[in-house]
Amino acid sequence: MSGQHVAILGAGHAGGTAAALLRQYGHEGPITLVGAEPIPPYQRPPLSKAWLKGEADADSLALKPLEFYAEHGIDFRPSTTATSINRGAKTVALSDGSNVDYDVLILATGARAIALPIPGADLAGVMFLRTAADAEQLKATVGPGKTLAVVGGGYIGLEVAASGRALGAEVVVLEREPRLLARVACETLSTFFKGYHEQRGVTFELGATAAAFEGRDGRVTGVRLADGRLIACDAVVVGVGAAPNDEIARDCGLETARGVVVDLEARTSDPAIFAIGDVAHRPMPIYGRMFRMESVPNALEQAKQAANAIVGRPAPAGEVPWQWSDQYDLKLQIAGYAFDVDEVLLRGDPASGKFAVFHLQGDKVQSVEAINAPPEFMMGKQLIGNRRAIDKARLADPTISMKEVAV
Amino acid sequence: MAKITYIEHDGTEHAIDVKNGLSVMEGAVKNNIPGIDADCGGACACATCHVYVDEAWRAKTGEKSAMEESMLDFAENVEDNSRLSCQIKVTDALDGLVVRMPESQH
Repeated sequence: MSGQHVAILGAGHAGGTAAALLRQYGHEGPITLVGAEPIPPYQRPPLSKAWLKGEADADSLALKPLEFYAEHGIDFRPSTTATSINRGAKTVALSDGSNVDYDVLILATGARAIALPIPGADLAGVMFLRTAADAEQLKATVGPGKTLAVVGGGYIGLEVAASGRALGAEVVVLEREPRLLARVACETLSTFFKGYHEQRGVTFELGATAAAFEGRDGRVTGVRLADGRLIACDAVVVGVGAAPNDEIARDCGLETARGVVVDLEARTSDPAIFAIGDVAHRPMPIYGRMFRMESVPNALEQAKQAANAIVGRPAPAGEVPWQWSDQYDLKLQIAGYAFDVDEVLLRGDPASGKFAVFHLQGDKVQSVEAINAPPEFMMGKQLIGNRRAIDKARLADPTISMKEVAV
Repeated sequence: MAKITYIEHDGTEHAIDVKNGLSVMEGAVKNNIPGIDADCGGACACATCHVYVDEAWRAKTGEKSAMEESMLDFAENVEDNSRLSCQIKVTDALDGLVVRMPESQH
């Protein structure tokens, strides 16, 4: 299959990695990489962390230098999106009016930030944090003497809050649910993060629904809550989740669910088309179900699956899903997902700033959330993958090494 | 600038000029060298940029931080000369450095 033309729609972490891996694995045919943004593939996670605080520059964010693509025969088309796929003719229509033929197509179109359907959402200063351009705009807006309102107390919201404080801004986080990280973390973690942020000057409004953004001369000046209160601010970051960019797949009749349905090779219902990264609804054998993930490790794993399948190499071993978040001096590492959990076990003392929460099904680990606790994360991740039984009493005792918690 | 030789598990060698200030991991990844995955991009969060530093270079590559030590302690196939390559900053002093890759990062 080495002479085939592989077209990749989307030049994020997934699409960029797939292009590079195809060359690494010896694919000789042409590769076209179509990206909506003006710059080559880059790492998004630092946008809310090191980059926002000025500790990383554009070059360090780039997955590969710009020259890499031409040097490796990858036709990189920046500032371009695909508008439709003709599966019969195997062509893709692009936003610049051109068409790209393909033998193999990879959908890596990612996800987009969900907008709040409330009045004032189009005011200047109401921002998202998804792209490098978003981050640039945010960095230019926040600083000493400014107040930043963050709508959404999820990981992006909390990372932006921490970075906003590091830049000297006042920060208020508005969360609709009664606790932070309600969809993605356990209550112990919610409580811990709230306290840690409050000690560093962040204000929280929980159970607070944003009803409108108010402004003057086209620029946001505050968030009106459903209870009538006005939270004055100079800028807003909306971090309330992301939706998959799967319309192009639906339009051409590929099977979709909460994203484009794929198998363990990242192949869609059309054998000539793969889907990887945030846009894919994928099987996760450890949990016996399918779901869509928004994480770099998932994008990388699926890029590997697709690239291996395309060049005819054996499928890579399955990986345990994981993700991380940096806030202040905290390193949060999460392995697995808390599906089918019947017990939650705390190891260590949250007050020490170093602890882990294990989510168990019987004596098996389903997921672990580790704060400044690499051994708990690393061993927890292995235990999720190898399904070994653990001794709960030993797991709950932080004086016993993580190497000795398996039965 | 330092010339760094990356040796894959199967013995394939790649000699690359890496700019000062980048990490040994970035030198490999930005040049598309197989064998260093670096899933987290250098946040010391994943231990998928594990390398073995040639004996002659162990002192010059510096000390491991507590976080790196702790991550490596639970990685697979770890030896005395194991390092996370995202935690080694490139300087002129590393010109000639040789690192070897493990069989797998996962």
